[in-house]
Amino acid sequence: MKHAFYIAWKDLKAEFRTKEMLNSMIVFTLLVMIVFSFAFNEVLGDHDLITLVAPGVLWISFIFTGMLGLGRSFSGESEEGCLEGLRLCPVERTSIFTGKVVSSAVLIFMVELVTVPLFIVLFNYTISELPSLALVMLLGTLGFVFVGTLLSALTVNTRTREILLPVIIFPVITPVILSSVTATSKILGGDGFASIMGELQLLAAYDIIFFIAAELVFEYVIEE
Amino acid sequence: MTLISIEHLNKSFGPSQVIVDLSLEVVEGELLTIFGPNGAGKTTLLKILSTLLSSTSGSVVVDGFDVRKSPVEVRRRIGVISHDTYLYRDLTAVENLVFYARMYDLSNRAERVREVIRLVGLEYYKDDRVATFSRGMKQRLSIARAILHEPKILLLDEPYTGLDLHASSILDRIIQEFDSRGVTRIMVSHDIEHGLRFSDRLLIMKDGGFVHDVRRSEIGSVEEYRAIYEELVGDRS
Repeated sequence: MKHAFYIAWKDLKAEFRTKEMLNSMIVFTLLVMIVFSFAFNEVLGDHDLITLVAPGVLWISFIFTGMLGLGRSFSGESEEGCLEGLRLCPVERTSIFTGKVVSSAVLIFMVELVTVPLFIVLFNYTISELPSLALVMLLGTLGFVFVGTLLSALTVNTRTREILLPVIIFPVITPVILSSVTATSKILGGDGFASIMGELQLLAAYDIIFFIAAELVFEYVIEE
Repeated sequence: MTLISIEHLNKSFGPSQVIVDLSLEVVEGELLTIFGPNGAGKTTLLKILSTLLSSTSGSVVVDGFDVRKSPVEVRRRIGVISHDTYLYRDLTAVENLVFYARMYDLSNRAERVREVIRLVGLEYYKDDRVATFSRGMKQRLSIARAILHEPKILLLDEPYTGLDLHASSILDRIIQEFDSRGVTRIMVSHDIEHGLRFSDRLLIMKDGGFVHDVRRSEIGSVEEYRAIYEELVGDRS
């Protein structure tokens, strides 16, 4: 586990030094929010109508922005043969996967922390159940990151990885997107925490299954 | 004492067999250089030894550990110097080495990092980002990374490629120093002159197997060995 932490520390240290990916992700989410706020200009301030579109707007932003981060998760390691250097270290392969999951998740959560207030300001909207929304964001994002990190490792040596990753990731994360959007819709609609238990259970089960499955197959995914 | 034992090793990539029934024993402290044309299987052999590739069949035992059954133990004993530096461009020289020292669970990290940085002559640049380094400086830092955990076996894959004179002489010095420490070194090279300078044993690899295996003491001049190489390999080099 400590090796996973060292890998995440190394990734985040390099990222916070240059902020290449973080800045790109924040600018992207800002653009998405601005475009949507212009598109829904006529209904801004109408709480009921915004409630209908908000889950889609938020999760489109989270997923597409997260895709940028995940795409870089392993492609950064291919410079100077660093992935091979990692594979030469006397650590279990699962540590590499867990480390990459932690660093990607931290970056995506940071962008989500920027996205939600942006949404509230640009859409002139109030979210009363923020803790519930945070829980859905946490579980949904983790499921997305577990699958995305595995597929990012799988596509890192392909020439068309930028295209391939989004194409193969969406079918696999469909349950995450559907559950997250539905749960977010219920929260914003004021249905209360009890109404999203089904979605939360599904997201938690998805996260556990895909984390274990990814840890089991990761060794074979990064073999040459 | 035999440190590396390879028996009837085979490696295929699809229909193409890259290593064919290869057997080799390497004793502790030996410096062995493998020559051969492109595609002979030299790098594949080093990758199998360093656990980066798994073999199709046969056995490889490194310091008593089977590379298939105990890859982590094998990796602990091996250092690799390759054309790739395995360095993170956005971290400083020290940060890169501290990261690898942590991955190798070194207890005397700070001291060891200082030591290897001094050894490769990069003390003045230790806090600079690797992205600002020249190719030669990166290679020197890559040497420091490879020897950081004091490996029992050093695998060198074309180590002189792209090295400036300074880096090349540092590598020469390290290869010689490791002789007195009893470190086993296996070097893959196209450079016959460099290979003959320090090696105890010379091998020529062709089509996935060894076609020539001789002690350095049995060879007179560089020209003599080059003639043997050209005769065995022909115009494929």
